[in-house]
Amino acid sequence: MRLEDAALGRLREIVRAPDLTGTPYQLVGPVGAGGMGAVFDVLDERLSRHVALKIVDVPLDGEAPAEALLKEARVLAGLEHPGLVPVHDAGRLADGRAFYAMKLVRGARLDEHLSRVPLLPERLRLFLRVCEPVAFAHAHGILHGDIKPSNVMVGPFGEVLVLDWGLARALPPPGMKATRPEGEGTGTPGFMAPEQASGGAVDERADVFGLGALLDASLRVAPSSPRPRALAAIVARATAADVNARYPGVTQLAADVSRHLDGERVEAYAEGPGERALRLLRRHRVAVGLVLAYLVARGLFIFFRR
Amino acid sequence: MNKVLMGLVVGTGLGALDGLTAWFTPEARAQIATIVMGSTFKGLVAGVLIGLFARKVKSVPATLVFGTALGLLFAYLVAHMQGKYYFEIMVPGAIVGLLTGYVTQRYGRPLAAA
Repeated sequence: MRLEDAALGRLREIVRAPDLTGTPYQLVGPVGAGGMGAVFDVLDERLSRHVALKIVDVPLDGEAPAEALLKEARVLAGLEHPGLVPVHDAGRLADGRAFYAMKLVRGARLDEHLSRVPLLPERLRLFLRVCEPVAFAHAHGILHGDIKPSNVMVGPFGEVLVLDWGLARALPPPGMKATRPEGEGTGTPGFMAPEQASGGAVDERADVFGLGALLDASLRVAPSSPRPRALAAIVARATAADVNARYPGVTQLAADVSRHLDGERVEAYAEGPGERALRLLRRHRVAVGLVLAYLVARGLFIFFRR
Repeated sequence: MNKVLMGLVVGTGLGALDGLTAWFTPEARAQIATIVMGSTFKGLVAGVLIGLFARKVKSVPATLVFGTALGLLFAYLVAHMQGKYYFEIMVPGAIVGLLTGYVTQRYGRPLAAA
């Protein structure tokens, strides 16, 4: 017997649907699905509010996915930042599947949201807000490991949240290198640092690579407008194949992007005298315009008096 | 540099330079020293007042309006003392006031919170 695709999809949906018996949650509907599990919109009856329930799929691969999900919950719960989704609850459902409840984020994924942001400075400000929670996590010894536009959510009030900490791992202590633990996912091609892809030692510069690739993707949204050389240099430095050629941390990457936004010289790009003059003129254009207006007015009066 | 000091430096500097342009007017060249001193003092006073305003109000448009109005007022007083050249003195005076207001508010540092 051959099952139709629709029927197969329906069966998959039924199998995936969580058994919420004995929990304070009432199923509302699915939000999304990933490789390891699915996210559901549920109503928390205790507080009459909607939360997102991330649930691991039916365990076919032993306890590893459930452990990974609960580890993700613990990582997130340990990081309190406006750019990170707060975790409310974690545990096991009646059917044995691991879950955690978190704030239900409504909004658009960064890759979808960027198409509605035509101005480059606005896109760069968004990027800086992505950097904040990542830098915060690094300061607390956590590496994200899978930074990409689809893992960033922009809420209806402009709030920026970095999601999916399923590949997060502890950063090595200062001066030490860490090796990727066995059995963990690797990341996303195109956003994954070469050392991460090859299973080598990683530190916060792996996330610098991911953020550099995310910045590159943000700039590619409006390909018709020319990419400033300074920004291209920032992307090139952040995504350098040689880990030692990259920014040493997210803070330094964000600082360089901020400098570009403020019309200052960026660390990643050695500008020529002409470019420097043009940048300074642009940065101080109002003051320069007023000086020119004064000179023109004064010059005209002197000229006509003679 | 705090806003009052920024206003003082920019106002004094621009006032001195504005006074020096009198050298290009042959009939005023004989009194150039007096004109430069008067214009410098005028710029100094205007700069300090603009700096105080910028520190209090913290709004670029409001400081621009205040700077322009003060520049116009001071230039009018100077022109009135001479009884002529109203237009030639007041237009550049207004631009200098505008420029001082902009530079003071844009580049002057606010006072650190206590």
